[in-house]
Amino acid sequence: MIEIKNITKRYGETAVVDDVSLTIAPRTVTVVVGTSGSGKTTLLRMINRLVEPTSGTIRLDGEDNRSLPGYELRRRIGYAIQGHGLFPHRTVAQNIATVPTLLGWERARIDAKVDELLQLFQLDPADFGPRFPHELSGGQQQRVGVARALAAEPKVLLMDEPFGALDPIIRAKAQDDLLAIQKHFETTVILVTHDMEEAFQLADRIAVMDKGKVVQYATPAEMLIKPATPFVESLIGVSERPYRLLAIEPVLSAVEPGSADGTAISSTLSQREALAELLWSGRSALPVADPAGAIIGKVSLEGLAKRAAGPV
Amino acid sequence: MRQLRFDKLGAIIAALALGGAFIAPFATFRANRIVAGEAKTIVESLPQPWSAAVLLVILVGVLVAAMRSPAILRLVAAFAALAVLALGIGVAASHLTPEGNTYARVSPASGFWVMLFAFGLLAADALTRLRPAPFMRIVVLVAVLAFVGMLLLSGTWDGLSILREYASRVDTFWAEARKHVTLALGSLVAATIVGIPLGILCHRVARLRDGLLGVLNAIQTIPSIALFGILIAPLGWIAANVPGAATIGIRGIGVAPAFVALFLYSLLPVVANTVVGLAGVPRDANDAARGIGMTDWQRLVGIEFPLAFPVILTGIRIVLVQNIGLATIAALIGGGGFGVFVFQGVGQTAMDLVLLGAVPTVVLAFAAAIVLDAVIEMATPNTRQAEAA
Ligand SMILES: Nc1ncnc2c1ncn2[C@@H]1O[C@H](COP(=O)(O)OP(=O)(O)O)[C@@H](O)[C@H]1O
Ligand SMILES: [Mg+2]
Repeated sequence: MIEIKNITKRYGETAVVDDVSLTIAPRTVTVVVGTSGSGKTTLLRMINRLVEPTSGTIRLDGEDNRSLPGYELRRRIGYAIQGHGLFPHRTVAQNIATVPTLLGWERARIDAKVDELLQLFQLDPADFGPRFPHELSGGQQQRVGVARALAAEPKVLLMDEPFGALDPIIRAKAQDDLLAIQKHFETTVILVTHDMEEAFQLADRIAVMDKGKVVQYATPAEMLIKPATPFVESLIGVSERPYRLLAIEPVLSAVEPGSADGTAISSTLSQREALAELLWSGRSALPVADPAGAIIGKVSLEGLAKRAAGPV
Repeated sequence: MRQLRFDKLGAIIAALALGGAFIAPFATFRANRIVAGEAKTIVESLPQPWSAAVLLVILVGVLVAAMRSPAILRLVAAFAALAVLALGIGVAASHLTPEGNTYARVSPASGFWVMLFAFGLLAADALTRLRPAPFMRIVVLVAVLAFVGMLLLSGTWDGLSILREYASRVDTFWAEARKHVTLALGSLVAATIVGIPLGILCHRVARLRDGLLGVLNAIQTIPSIALFGILIAPLGWIAANVPGAATIGIRGIGVAPAFVALFLYSLLPVVANTVVGLAGVPRDANDAARGIGMTDWQRLVGIEFPLAFPVILTGIRIVLVQNIGLATIAALIGGGGFGVFVFQGVGQTAMDLVLLGAVPTVVLAFAAAIVLDAVIEMATPNTRQAEAA
């Protein structure tokens, strides 16, 4: 659990982060979203004390984050940034091993951890371990950056626009991978982005920042249905609302009894993907298959249309 | 058949070499070390079949240089011509000197130097085109030095006037050589030990940076002789007034002011390159280093310094080459070094003695530059090469 209480950061007269309070549940993904300059990075960097707050407190599992030296705190918290920040003169394996080495792990344990992480990120350790960062693609560099942040098994992972430099296809893949890894390690992730699409894709809860203040902190569904301010509404994008609503839930929760013709779609896809499939195939309903392949019912245009409707 | 075409730089080199071989004299003969000499052409200087062989190799070199030809062929031709020149001038010395005459002097004349320059240029150009790996460059340097060493040891050059000067000063030559190297290297080491921490400090403290770099820049603009002069007074005062200073060798003239002056000159390149190198460390890498829990010291030692190291080495290279040259001037204030021979030679109008001081200085500076360039390239992480590609 991360408790941020009345945290403020001033540079001169201006409060860059202004009296922000958030409570973040363990093992969840929280996305901080807002326009450029709204104070997202500053808020994130106060959690691991790369920036010292002007006032307020931050507690990690009940413990004030000022109770130990900054560098020791940061070794316990994963940190991944846009442009990955890999050390150009160190190999991929050495980069990932940085924090375990700082913590004084034994060689064998470090090597095992590096191999495990590389495999988890679908990079063959024998091939990629000895490479230098410039010998990787952008997507691979980004994965190594996250792997390095996770090397010491931190409970909390801070990410500042980690996918900002990736092209759309690789970005989508990286987002899926992040969610899988977050579940695997049960990490609490706090991710900063200016991309609302990304926020809806990843978040259990979204915090919207505007001019240093958090203007809404809610689940994606709540935020869609009840945006707190016109600013939040505009950030979501009025014309995107029904699709975002459908994108949150899987097909499974929209299954109706009955049967339909055509190729079955998977119950794990999002309802938005089901809608697209329905529209494209020109049918009013399609059968739904569970992951094992058994038909468990149907999904219909009519049913999805109801679910996509906002509160009246 | 492929058409033969001219190479622009090669044509100039060829013209120079031809002029050197046929218009300018190859060697100068003098009855003793200070009288005016008689100029001798290649044919006059060398016995048959030597003169024919030398001319043949030079003509082949000229042809290879003038035409477009593979770099490796140009390199071989250049080295062959240089080797033949080196051997030839030795043969000329023994050929021109009458048997048993120890007063007569034979020295290389303008034609020799022009050809040396032309084929040296050809070799350098070919090497640039071949782009040998850093290690190979050092191998080439060692091979060239070994060849020169062999000529020296075998006595091929013993008849040359510069080696006659050497023969009459064997002891002082090596003593001055030691002083020269100690002065150049010692001031470099001192400047590195002081300059790198200063550079790190400047990097961290912006206000200090502008002030300190300004002062060091100003020092750099003081002409060397003036700086030696300026230092005489304060060091003399220290020697006279600080107990013990004189006993450890601090004096107004001699090694101390020379050392201090070289040290001061060395500081700017070391400090400035340290600052530039540290400023060039990628922001992301620095931010990540802090973000994952490195202390300032760990970040400096593990990230910033290794990434800045090639740039710092470039500063050290500048200093070393500069100091090897500047140390010559130390002789003016009694600091010793190869400059001793240069200034004695100037005083006695004995050109050979000047060369005895100048040639080793140039060779040292040249070798230092090649070795350090190679080391810098080896120390540079291949990231830069990848970006350049
Ligand atoms: N070290 C600093 N000194 C002064 N102003 C700063 C500093 N860091 C950030 N700011 C200012 O704080 C504001 C918020 O910055 P930041 O947290 O980086 O925003 P975001 O990540 O949302 O784009 C910006 O206006 C920025 O200029
Ligand atoms: Mg930011």
